[in-house]
Amino acid sequence: MKERVENLKKEIKEKIEKVISLKELNDLKVEYLGKKGPINELSSMMKELPVDEKKEFGRVLNELKAEVGTLFDTAREALEEKELNEKLEREKIDITLPSSKIHVGSIHPITKVIEEIEDLFVSMGYDVVEGPEIEEDLYNFEKLNLPKGHPARDAQDSFYITEEMLLRTQTSPVQARTMDANLEKTPIRVICPGKVYRRDDDDATHSHQFTQIEGLVVGENISLSHLKGTLEEVAKKLFGEDREVRFRPSFFPFTEPSLEVDVSCFKCGGSGCSICKGTGWIEILGSGMVHPNVLRGCGYDPEKYTGFAFGMGPERIAMLKYGIHDIRNFYINDLRFLEDFNRVEGSEE
Amino acid sequence: MRLSKSFLSDYIDLSGIPYSELAEKMVFAGNEYESIGKLCNATGLVVGYVETCENHPESDHLHICNVNIGSETVQILCGAPNVKAGEKVIVATVGAELPGGVIKKAKLAGMESNGMICSLAELGLESKYLKEEDHAGIHILGEDAKVGEDALHYLGLDDEVIDFELTADRADLLSVIGMAYEVGAIYNRKVVLPEIKLHETKENINDQMRLQVQTENCSIYLGKLVKNVIIKESPKFIKNRLMASGIRPINNVVDISNYVMLEYGQPLHFFDKNRLGDEVIVRMATDEETLITLDNKERALKDTDIVIANPTGPVALAGVMGGLETEIELDTKDIFIEAAIFEPTHIRYTSKAIIRSEASNRYEKGVDPYRTVLALNRACELLELYAEGEVCSGVLTHDTTNKEDKKIEVSLESIESVLGMPITKEDVCEILPRLGFEYKIKYNIFEVFVPTRRLDVNIKEDLIAEIGKIYGYNKVVGTLPMDRIRKGTYSKKAKLERTIRRHLNALGLNQVITYSLLSEEEAELFVSKKKDSVILNSPMSEDRKIMRKSFIPSLLHVYDYNVARNRKDVSIFETGAIYYKENETYKEDFTLSGLMSGVYEENTWQGNKINIDFYLIKGIVENLLCFLGLTNRYQFDTENLGKELHPGMSARILIDREVVGFIGRVHPNISKKDVYVFEINLEKVLELKVKPIKFKEIPKFPSVKKDVAFIVKKEVSSKEIEEIIKKTGSRMLTNIDVFDVYEGENVGEDEKSIAYALTFSDSNRTLNEQEVTVVFERIIEAVTTGLHAELRNK
Repeated sequence: MKERVENLKKEIKEKIEKVISLKELNDLKVEYLGKKGPINELSSMMKELPVDEKKEFGRVLNELKAEVGTLFDTAREALEEKELNEKLEREKIDITLPSSKIHVGSIHPITKVIEEIEDLFVSMGYDVVEGPEIEEDLYNFEKLNLPKGHPARDAQDSFYITEEMLLRTQTSPVQARTMDANLEKTPIRVICPGKVYRRDDDDATHSHQFTQIEGLVVGENISLSHLKGTLEEVAKKLFGEDREVRFRPSFFPFTEPSLEVDVSCFKCGGSGCSICKGTGWIEILGSGMVHPNVLRGCGYDPEKYTGFAFGMGPERIAMLKYGIHDIRNFYINDLRFLEDFNRVEGSEE
Repeated sequence: MRLSKSFLSDYIDLSGIPYSELAEKMVFAGNEYESIGKLCNATGLVVGYVETCENHPESDHLHICNVNIGSETVQILCGAPNVKAGEKVIVATVGAELPGGVIKKAKLAGMESNGMICSLAELGLESKYLKEEDHAGIHILGEDAKVGEDALHYLGLDDEVIDFELTADRADLLSVIGMAYEVGAIYNRKVVLPEIKLHETKENINDQMRLQVQTENCSIYLGKLVKNVIIKESPKFIKNRLMASGIRPINNVVDISNYVMLEYGQPLHFFDKNRLGDEVIVRMATDEETLITLDNKERALKDTDIVIANPTGPVALAGVMGGLETEIELDTKDIFIEAAIFEPTHIRYTSKAIIRSEASNRYEKGVDPYRTVLALNRACELLELYAEGEVCSGVLTHDTTNKEDKKIEVSLESIESVLGMPITKEDVCEILPRLGFEYKIKYNIFEVFVPTRRLDVNIKEDLIAEIGKIYGYNKVVGTLPMDRIRKGTYSKKAKLERTIRRHLNALGLNQVITYSLLSEEEAELFVSKKKDSVILNSPMSEDRKIMRKSFIPSLLHVYDYNVARNRKDVSIFETGAIYYKENETYKEDFTLSGLMSGVYEENTWQGNKINIDFYLIKGIVENLLCFLGLTNRYQFDTENLGKELHPGMSARILIDREVVGFIGRVHPNISKKDVYVFEINLEKVLELKVKPIKFKEIPKFPSVKKDVAFIVKKEVSSKEIEEIIKKTGSRMLTNIDVFDVYEGENVGEDEKSIAYALTFSDSNRTLNEQEVTVVFERIIEAVTTGLHAELRNK
């Protein structure tokens, strides 16, 4: 009896080893474990055994059933895995073929610069405010300490619409508008980005339309130290952590003192290169302490309040930052140009 | 302002100061420069003595010269007709660098030549300074030239020049003396002014000439008479300094008027006294008057022009240009010198219309009244010295100016609080005298006396700026203002603009920025409602004349530009203002526009491709509006469409039933290509209140789906069908989708079939088939009777 069981086991084992498909395996299972299969036949023989052998035989038989069951299970798993692997092998593709083009649009580089600057200033407690592009002479010039006939008006040849209305030549009128509109004459911290216009022939460095960002802080005890500290933040944000700024005295009618601001060259770090024309410094903006006439003209008492203001050109900053040599690129909108800005900012290191 | 080193050295000791260092220091005092260089940039030029000069046997013009150049005698071949033995000449030695190139040893017609004898034209002087003879032949030097010495030095052409770009406020720096004060303040050196010595005759100007100033626009007018001048060439130093300053030498008299203007910053005008007459009148012109100016042009005068006149009429445009009639000529004997100050604004208007001159530039910016008389006397002195003039005594005078120092009070505390850095009393006491400002001090308050030459220093802040400049702004240490700690805000517009940009970027559109100015013709395109244009009163060109009322003409330009460069798939948008006039006020409406054409998404080798068509751009617009929280609040209709759009493929966009823009294909009359555009006025969107996001329970009960296809006349819109379905569908109907549109076989020629997938559900229970069928049948009934539709595949 025992011998039969052993032979049967051996036989099943050998047959399972030869099976190559799940179907064959199933057929085999039916053949051996089915009602008419040899194992069932063995168990039907049990009733003919003497009682004392019955118990032993029952145990052997159960063992056989369990063992055979495991054999089938293991074989099935192996076959399933094999078949899956074959399927995966058939499905293999050439992953080096080009991908589907997923188009995402880009932000214009000038907008990119403006947003960066806005974000920095909002984080320092400034409000972003706007003003009209079609502006009154009063705000564009007169309230900024530039009366009619002032020679400094020459530097900003303007597009007039009527005698009193023009396309603003600077974002500075928003300064005056903000101070005028603040009826309580409380402290101010604003930044004003926008388009401006001047009668210039378009060439590589001039554009009859461009953008500016004006900044204005008015409060008690505002000083040049605050202006410098603030602009240091701007320089670091735009051109890297190691940047320094320096002041050069200058003249703007609406500030006194007036200062040009240079940033240490981001390319050479100050040793001199082609970008900074060998000086180690790059001029980036104009600034100063708000002129008392401007404060007074907008209802602020210059004995109580002081303020600083600055104005910068996003075009110039973008040209420096991205190595653009012709300002007209910004307004031509060649898609190949625009798409270059379609990603996050990186750093040189 | 071009500043000559030799000129400047007359008033301040520049020893030990390289001119380039001075230029840099001036920058940090607020005075930028454009260039620095020599009057003549040539090198290797020496004085030579022509010992022998013979004609070359084989040439019709060359001379063989033996020239002593100090260190040796060399053979030089020279082609100039005026070369002669016994003359002193300018020799460019071998290795000399001239604007024309480097001088090398050469063989000319078989003979060796070791250098070049030069004409003035070959030294690199600007051509406006050269006379005909300077080109025609070599320059013969004076007897006093030392053989072997630097020829440029002998000629005075080795001067160094800085070309400053001055700021509009520094009128005082338009004079060499003003520059000397500035340099003196920077280097802490003293300024020495010229001492003027006159030998006046007994004849007094007031005995023969009379002055009438009839306008307030002339604050000071001084006149002096110089008789019997001899007109000739100016001395070398005057000519050279004028050239270094950018002014062409003419003759001694004209040159002296320019020289004194450069020196003092006070423009002078010299009249031929005998043509002028005895009576000088300063008045405003009248609109009927004319004047022939010294450039021989007849000018129609305006009542804003200040003129100098005699009883017969105007003889000069004050401060701008003299008249031809009273001009200094070669036969002029007696000179009337005018030293005056005219009102800057009037000079500005006149000079803008006529010519910007050295004089008008100074008048516009302001002239120091203290120097008027000094300049007048200085001119007389130079005419005595270099034109043999006889100076009459007395001065014809009109003077309303205040020449006292300006008194400004400033406290140490306010200096510190503006600069934001500590500065001591001692520092200020050291700086003020350097600036040439006298002061008194009481406790910590300075009473400062600012001389009239500093027209730009009038208030406390101006004074602080001057102190800061000398003290050094770079000593300021940066800190952040801490007075108001609260978070900053973006404007509503800035926020919306960012949201839209981000979203359209994600949908594949590139942001562009284009010019706001358009031509008259383009400005009227794509303008849905008639609006008055904002027009420039003097545009630079016809192409940029009107502020745009739509972005689309500009976007079409961008499209054409890219297509011309083989980039046919274009998806772009722009945000910004459109401009118009309404009831005499200027309006700027915040607007969004887009243009799309070509392929939207593609994988070429797989053959997958989405083309841009009306439904795609409509999808972009709807997607954006939904993102802005306007789901169910917008609609499209086809009324009053613009003539620039394809009449069958365009629509108006409405939000809350108000028209805000349009969408559609560009009319083939405007673009032959398949181009789609949209424009939305965002002013309305800015004002809209959008509901906050609120979570709606996800339905727990299954929904029932039913499909139905209707055959309708072609002109019936899907919207009409949908509206009936919605109305009839009751609350049970939760979604309608079009899944097929068909025209062709089995459908009448003027008909189409539209198939809808309808979803029915209830959030509280499972619907039973029967009740859904009842509603479904009702829908079919309503559509078929309402629109004469037929059910397809009945």
